[in-house]
Amino acid sequence: MKLARDTWLVYQRQLLLMARSPAWLAVGLLQPLCYLLLFAPLLTSALAASGAHSTADAYRIYVPGLLSALAVMGGLFTGFTLLGELHAGIIERSRVTPVSRVALLLGRALRETTALLVQSLLIAVLAIPFGLTVGFTDLLLAMALLALMALMASSVSYGLALLVPTDAALGPVVNTIAQPLALLSGTLLPIALAPAWLRTAASWNPCYWGVEGMRALFAGHLDAPEVWRGLLLTGLMTVLAVAWAARLFARRIR
Amino acid sequence: MIVTKGLRKSFRPRRGAATVDAVRGIDLDVAEGRIYGLLGPNGAGKTTTLRMLATLLPPDGGAATVAGADLRTDPGEVRRRIGYVAQGGGTTDHATAREELVLQARMHGIRKAEALRRAEQGLAAFDLTEFGDRPCRTYSGGQRRRLDLALGVVHRPKVLFLDEPTVGLDPRSRAQVWTEVRRLRDQGMTVLITTHYLDEADALCDRIGIVDHGGIVTEGTPEQLKQQISGDAVTIGLTDAGATARAAHVLAELPCVRRLEALPEEDGLRLHVDSADTAIPQLLRALAAAGLEPDHVQLQRPSLDDVFLALTGRSPVHS
Repeated sequence: MKLARDTWLVYQRQLLLMARSPAWLAVGLLQPLCYLLLFAPLLTSALAASGAHSTADAYRIYVPGLLSALAVMGGLFTGFTLLGELHAGIIERSRVTPVSRVALLLGRALRETTALLVQSLLIAVLAIPFGLTVGFTDLLLAMALLALMALMASSVSYGLALLVPTDAALGPVVNTIAQPLALLSGTLLPIALAPAWLRTAASWNPCYWGVEGMRALFAGHLDAPEVWRGLLLTGLMTVLAVAWAARLFARRIR
Repeated sequence: MIVTKGLRKSFRPRRGAATVDAVRGIDLDVAEGRIYGLLGPNGAGKTTTLRMLATLLPPDGGAATVAGADLRTDPGEVRRRIGYVAQGGGTTDHATAREELVLQARMHGIRKAEALRRAEQGLAAFDLTEFGDRPCRTYSGGQRRRLDLALGVVHRPKVLFLDEPTVGLDPRSRAQVWTEVRRLRDQGMTVLITTHYLDEADALCDRIGIVDHGGIVTEGTPEQLKQQISGDAVTIGLTDAGATARAAHVLAELPCVRRLEALPEEDGLRLHVDSADTAIPQLLRALAAAGLEPDHVQLQRPSLDDVFLALTGRSPVHS
């Protein structure tokens, strides 16, 4: 109860600040839109092997990957915001109050999740005129899956920011983690195209199952095993990530 | 209100480096409703002490009770009873003072309607009503500092910790902060401040502990500390050399006079006494009994600068 109240308190404040400087939305949309406009059309022929015969088919394969990458990357880089708040003494001010330590973390991670969902929805809607088709329930579940991925990545990023508490050091660490994570989850091209050893490696990637679930949903296969498997495994990983970061947060920050 | 016994903290600056003892056994006993100052140069261990007492750093050893709660076994209860204002504040640039006050009160578990009321009161009490709905990034240093103070006391704590509360403020804002801190003390709050300004410790604190190399070197009221070092100096001017010689003869006999110097160029005497407050009437009485009338009497109290210099061998700001 106290956790829920405190999380809401922190979340509300974070949303207020986000609404006050809306530049993040424009910046966050620009890059994915470039990919959508300038890169996806290339894929029609490249993805022929995966059964893409039109731009619409290519979008159906590419957009869920793009959104997943957005959630994971956006989440992973949010540690820098926490560093800023740590340096400004904002976290310290909160620490000398009885507010829940987990709430300080969760309220912030949920802000990031909300921002990524808003971006993702806009991108999905903008892709519709280009031929993307997706059912309402499918989209809803896809958003849930994205939310889990964003929450997982943000928590990991906050944990890293506590372990590596300078801007200069955090950047390389995050990049080093993010690149193999993105490549091995098939956000650019489906892993199904990869040789067997790569597919085995990918199945150990915590993001891989989420991306597979996303693709199944955008293909309209609501009852495919990838969907529940993606939700379940990503959900599990998210719980683990939040627990890890919260433990670290509580210990560092008592 | 604040009692510590042998509070210790050491750090390892880098992995593999030798530990540095930031605080090596601090004993404090701060009475309720007082302003207590930890005075010392940068790096003396003042901030580390304050951060331990505010539950931000776990002590390596020793014990402390803050506002009746045990620091080591019940830091949560300590947090409920204290306010803490860090040296750099901790306000969000894009939030307004009112929003910050409401959030701070809410983080202390206060309900929304009450938090709104407290924010309104806080703005009024710290002279911020006019700027209450502007974002904090537009504030001057003094306004920001007053907001920090308002945030520190919005939940009406018993004990308030202030880390270098007037660093970087202009003289007017500084005086204003002092006034606010005195007002809080007069309302019954116990205040522990750190400072490296001697005049601040002298003007603001009821008691001072001089901190150097992670320990308290000496402790007392500003008056006591000054007396401990040199006592007061009283200069008495007389009409001519003859009178001066006779006065020197009479005054040297008095028990309150510790030392006497002649100032032949101005027909005067400089007397070193424990306390000028009680010595001056005696001096004047003795002179009158001998039929001597002084031209003028001048009093020089030692500054805390002298105290600090005597105890640590250096001046606190330039060390």
